[in-house]
Amino acid sequence: MSKYIFYPGCAMETSARAYNESLLAIHDVLGIELEEIRDWNCCGATEYLGINLVPAYALIGRNLALAARQANSSRTVVASCSACYLNLAKADHYMTERPVLSEKVNEALAAGGLSYIPGSLEIRHLLDVIIHDVGLDTVRSKVVKPLKGLRVAPYLGCMVPRPDYKKRWSDAEHPTELDLLLKALGAEVIDFPLKTHCCGGHMTQIGPTTAFELIRRLLQSADQFKADVMATVCPMCQMNVDAYQAETNRHFHTNFKMPILFFTQLMGVAFGVDPIKLGFGREFVKATEAMGRIGIETPAELEPKTQPKRKKPTGLPMPTMPGQTNQEE
Amino acid sequence: MTTQPIPTNDPNPNVRFLEEVSARTAGVSRLEMCIQCGTCGGSCPPAEDMDHTPRMLFALIRAGMREQALASNTPWICVSCYHCVVRCPQEVHIADVMYTLKSMAIQAKLYKDSTAPDFSQTFVDMVETYGRSYEFGLATRHYLKHFPMRLPSMAPMGLGMLTKKRMDITPKRIEGMDQLNAILERAKTLEVV
Repeated sequence: MSKYIFYPGCAMETSARAYNESLLAIHDVLGIELEEIRDWNCCGATEYLGINLVPAYALIGRNLALAARQANSSRTVVASCSACYLNLAKADHYMTERPVLSEKVNEALAAGGLSYIPGSLEIRHLLDVIIHDVGLDTVRSKVVKPLKGLRVAPYLGCMVPRPDYKKRWSDAEHPTELDLLLKALGAEVIDFPLKTHCCGGHMTQIGPTTAFELIRRLLQSADQFKADVMATVCPMCQMNVDAYQAETNRHFHTNFKMPILFFTQLMGVAFGVDPIKLGFGREFVKATEAMGRIGIETPAELEPKTQPKRKKPTGLPMPTMPGQTNQEE
Repeated sequence: MTTQPIPTNDPNPNVRFLEEVSARTAGVSRLEMCIQCGTCGGSCPPAEDMDHTPRMLFALIRAGMREQALASNTPWICVSCYHCVVRCPQEVHIADVMYTLKSMAIQAKLYKDSTAPDFSQTFVDMVETYGRSYEFGLATRHYLKHFPMRLPSMAPMGLGMLTKKRMDITPKRIEGMDQLNAILERAKTLEVV
């Protein structure tokens, strides 16, 4: 088991719960141990950076400081969310590049009894760890149910391959790592031209028409290439393409039905993990049909809808005429 | 290669606007190195919705046109996709300059549409209260104020988020809230310039 410090980020506990569940279900198979940073806080996403510089970096800095304090056998922080990954990497990089930033961030951290020396941690994305530490050979050796016949569009989005401060990826715009991983699972991988294009990010919240156009481009391209599903590494991408697909369809009078799953869910399926443990059923655009085509049964809904048990099996008391006995009693 | 602008003693602050934007940006912005080639605008997915392409915006900054630059919607449309950043032949930290311009526009109250600054501020309010993002609170507050007409079409999605357990009604609060607040309060008194 290789040990890593883990920064999950807020989305893993809410909108990207399926990502978290599937990661928890496969990390043992991959031989990676993830130790969560104790009492981590939000990374500020792309919002805080646009409001106030030093507080934004101090917010990220607290996570780096906590991680560095907790680090013993490993100095590698793994993030599964793209925005979290970039923010942690960015703070570490810019604090190194511009000492005055490091000085100010540390002055702020000192108010909370913390400090961080830039460069003392290695910030990496989960996909990078799986590709480069675990390795494709290991992944291939764990496959028991190859995803044969499933046409997958590998979708990385922006913030994992770019700006790539440490040059960890094969290319900033057309990296092949996710393609190779999905191929190792036995899937039929399409050469998706928009694999690192933008999902709209927070524009679904502040400028929906801008976002819908970006989402439409992705859906149209994946559809043209006859993909059965898209596979992503990013909670925001999943959320925008999945939860806003209906609104995008309404906006453009289109009828796309493109499921988008986390790459860890597909890994779980290929490793033979029960799909129920992999967060299937949480997606808005159902993957049931696509997975069914390769003989994998996945739940369409989260859990079977059961009526809550009533205290009295008979229901509400009904009025009765005097002298008449209530049949329900 | 130097990335520092030539120092000037001009009393007009707009003459030093480029320098100010550059200094307020997180890393070494390299904004002074822009050669106006236009690769950024040509790489930008939402460029058609912008008042100015990044190249045009940088020309405004260099010309000292402070108000026009800070009133531009360009930084608010930027989706932080970093296509321009990796393609820029001068390695200008374009996305980070956009963050700087947003914060300066907020300070100068020069933004034209409050939707995006309000969203960022609400997000930050949640983080400063709980230490975590709180989507339910953020979404309800934001949509009621800025997109009430979108609510009917959004309702099924919001409900889906709840029933699929992809959104919590109650916020999660970190233990070290006092520590985080102390850090942020101190940070708000600090600047990198």
